[in-house]
Amino acid sequence: MLARVLLALSLVPALAQALCQPDGQDAYKVRLSIKTALGANAYEWNESEQFLFRATLAFAMRKYTGQETFNVSSVIVCDETPRVSFWFVVTNPNDTATLIPKNAVEEAIRLSRNRINSAFLLSDKTLQFLGIPPTLAPPSQPSLPVWLIVFGVVMGIVTTGILALIIIGFIQRKKKEKTIEDEDEEEKQERIMENGISCETLEGKDGVNNGAYSHDEDRLTQL
Amino acid sequence: MAEENTGVSVPELGKTVEERPKWDNKVQYLLTCIGFAVGLGNVWRFPYLCQTYGGGAFLIPYFIALIFEGIPLLHMELAIGQRLRQGSIGVWNSISPFLGGVGIGSLIVSFLVALFYNTILAWVLWYFFHSFQDPLPWRDCPLNQNKTGYIEECAKSTPVNYFWYRETLNVTPNITDSGDVQWWVVICLASAWGIVYICFIRGIETIGKAVYITATFPYLVLTIFLIRALTLPGATEGLVYLFTPKVQVLKDPKVWLDAATQIFFSLSLAFGGLIAFSSYNPQKNDCERDAVIVGMINSATSIYASIPIFAILGFKATSNYNDCLDGNILSITNAFNIGDQNVTRENYDSWLKHLNTTHSQEIEDLHLKHCSIQEFLDQSASGTGLAFIVFTEAVIKMPGSQVWAVLFFVMLFSLGLSSMFGNLEGILTPLLDLHVVPKWLPKEAFTGLICLISFFFALIFTMGSGNYWLEIFNSYVGSLPLLIIAFFEIIGVVYIYGIGRFSDDIEWMTGRRPNLYWQLTWRVISPGMLLVVFLAYITVQVQQPATYEAWNPNYINFPMTETLDYPGWVFAICILLSSVPCIFIPIVALYRFIQWITRRVRQSQNHNPYDNHAYESELQ
Repeated sequence: MLARVLLALSLVPALAQALCQPDGQDAYKVRLSIKTALGANAYEWNESEQFLFRATLAFAMRKYTGQETFNVSSVIVCDETPRVSFWFVVTNPNDTATLIPKNAVEEAIRLSRNRINSAFLLSDKTLQFLGIPPTLAPPSQPSLPVWLIVFGVVMGIVTTGILALIIIGFIQRKKKEKTIEDEDEEEKQERIMENGISCETLEGKDGVNNGAYSHDEDRLTQL
Repeated sequence: MAEENTGVSVPELGKTVEERPKWDNKVQYLLTCIGFAVGLGNVWRFPYLCQTYGGGAFLIPYFIALIFEGIPLLHMELAIGQRLRQGSIGVWNSISPFLGGVGIGSLIVSFLVALFYNTILAWVLWYFFHSFQDPLPWRDCPLNQNKTGYIEECAKSTPVNYFWYRETLNVTPNITDSGDVQWWVVICLASAWGIVYICFIRGIETIGKAVYITATFPYLVLTIFLIRALTLPGATEGLVYLFTPKVQVLKDPKVWLDAATQIFFSLSLAFGGLIAFSSYNPQKNDCERDAVIVGMINSATSIYASIPIFAILGFKATSNYNDCLDGNILSITNAFNIGDQNVTRENYDSWLKHLNTTHSQEIEDLHLKHCSIQEFLDQSASGTGLAFIVFTEAVIKMPGSQVWAVLFFVMLFSLGLSSMFGNLEGILTPLLDLHVVPKWLPKEAFTGLICLISFFFALIFTMGSGNYWLEIFNSYVGSLPLLIIAFFEIIGVVYIYGIGRFSDDIEWMTGRRPNLYWQLTWRVISPGMLLVVFLAYITVQVQQPATYEAWNPNYINFPMTETLDYPGWVFAICILLSSVPCIFIPIVALYRFIQWITRRVRQSQNHNPYDNHAYESELQ
């Protein structure tokens, strides 16, 4: 009896190894980039961290299926590398020889992705489940686009400015017209009596030919 | 019959002769001229040329062009405006009635340039409005319909490209496909014209006050950027790349051509704006010193602006290079299950060498990208590509992106705004001097009308194909006609008005006769250079095929742009845009010649000795 129990026990890890195969049909590869994410605060990846991983995955399975039978032992890990990457499978708690199918595991992980990430202080990019694309966060859309608000402010300032300048100009013009009307009659007369020819035009030119005086020599008789 | 030359103006009974508006002080005038000359080109064209044409070596042809072409033309324009106290049409009519077409050409070019220039400012405003979001909208790709991934067009190119081509322009795949008018660009265009109107509303009265801010603010922002940029990693790579002189590039004649055209367009000559600005000066003003100041400051600003631009481009290239390296490192780490962060950027090369000897086949299967920082630095751009694609990408990587984005776009806007003032004054002043404005129309209404008409014409650029049309306007209007107009300007002043008379005028205005440098450059060197540049430009343009770069998501090589030919009717429009401003020069000359001939014929037939021409006036 004892020998049979011992034999069974020694076979379990071997059986577990047989279940977890890299590139297995129901296996997923996980890749962690702890130093990239945390830099100086990076933690060492060791057995305890591995334990936490299996525990969070069991939690994810429990949450997805609603069955509280999943345990740390249901998650089997193999092919660990110094990269920190490994393969894992999830066994059925009722029948440890069979595996939970791939898409069920995928759905479970997608559901609790955020919780799994935060347990390790990582993000979708640094804790990769190869084959499970991260759900893209939709960009935040405010109710009114920000640019229209800025546009409204600028246009408001511009319109008030234009109106202000037009009104000020109008008032100034009215004031100038009033001062001209109030001028003395004498001053007006002075301006009308000026000779209208602007002096500037005569300055630079050669003068204007006065046709009335040009042909005198021809018409006067010679003495 | 009044001869237009005498300019006799009899004030009507009971009305005052309106005084010509004038600048409040010299600083306003100088700032306005500097603001007009310093524009978007100083920030996004000069650094690109500097980098393409051998860095520090480009400064040699650039300064030669400035001294022998730029400053003499600048001095000439400021002097004739100041002396004759009229806008471009009035000035050229006064110099010689046969040259009246030069003024009309300037007016048309100013109008066409104002149309597309303000559209660029509308785009700048759009980016400015969007810079207040966190995260910046051009950082991430938007999700597709069923939220499973990113939109395909964005995933294939970059989020920055997607935001520019799709969300801003909504560009069509080619120019014949006009697309719809994009409402968001229309309202940005309306706000751009609104802001322009508010500064332009009473002509130089309001412009003079606005330039205190618009002309000085860019320098403040450039300094802030300079300080920030020099502290970014990779800044020195960019600067070394920019300024390393490659002297052998100078053997290529194209370098000299581009230097000459850059100086010419950068100083905003031949637009009529500078003539308009100086016409509001008192006549006894030292225009020689003004010209030298404006020319020097313009070039100094170009060089000063290229430092932060290239420091930031160096930072961007370094970031891209690091991203490329990190991608490769991740591939290697994952493929060979090496410990996380054991392969770093520093030991990447030694790891790669080691792995190549042991597992060369697997390394090949990884298809690692070849990362070269030189390649990233070579990805230069100019024009809208620099501002809206390259620079916005760099800004995302800087901490505090929103602040830098806001500062950058406000700087671009104020650079462009002060240049717009010059363009619009080049339209307003000649029209006011021609007295086409009825007396009852207040100036505010007339400037408003100009802005409104321009806004409606500029709606072309808000369509899906608007970007392609803008490129056309930029290349065909803002280039060749200006060269022709400037050539006729200098020939007109030097040989028709007379260099002797012109030197007398300058002596009267400034107190000193122009020295040998001015005489040489005005008489021989500048017209010669302009002629050579014009011929070389035509030769180069004729040899280049008439093509444009289109953004087509269905193109095989997307995200590369597709090179398409201009359809026949579009090319005809291009030719029309180049020739219409210039064609007025021969048309007006011919018209005046016919007038002169008919007058001579009439004079010889009809001799009334009692006709006293000294008393003819406009009233008849």
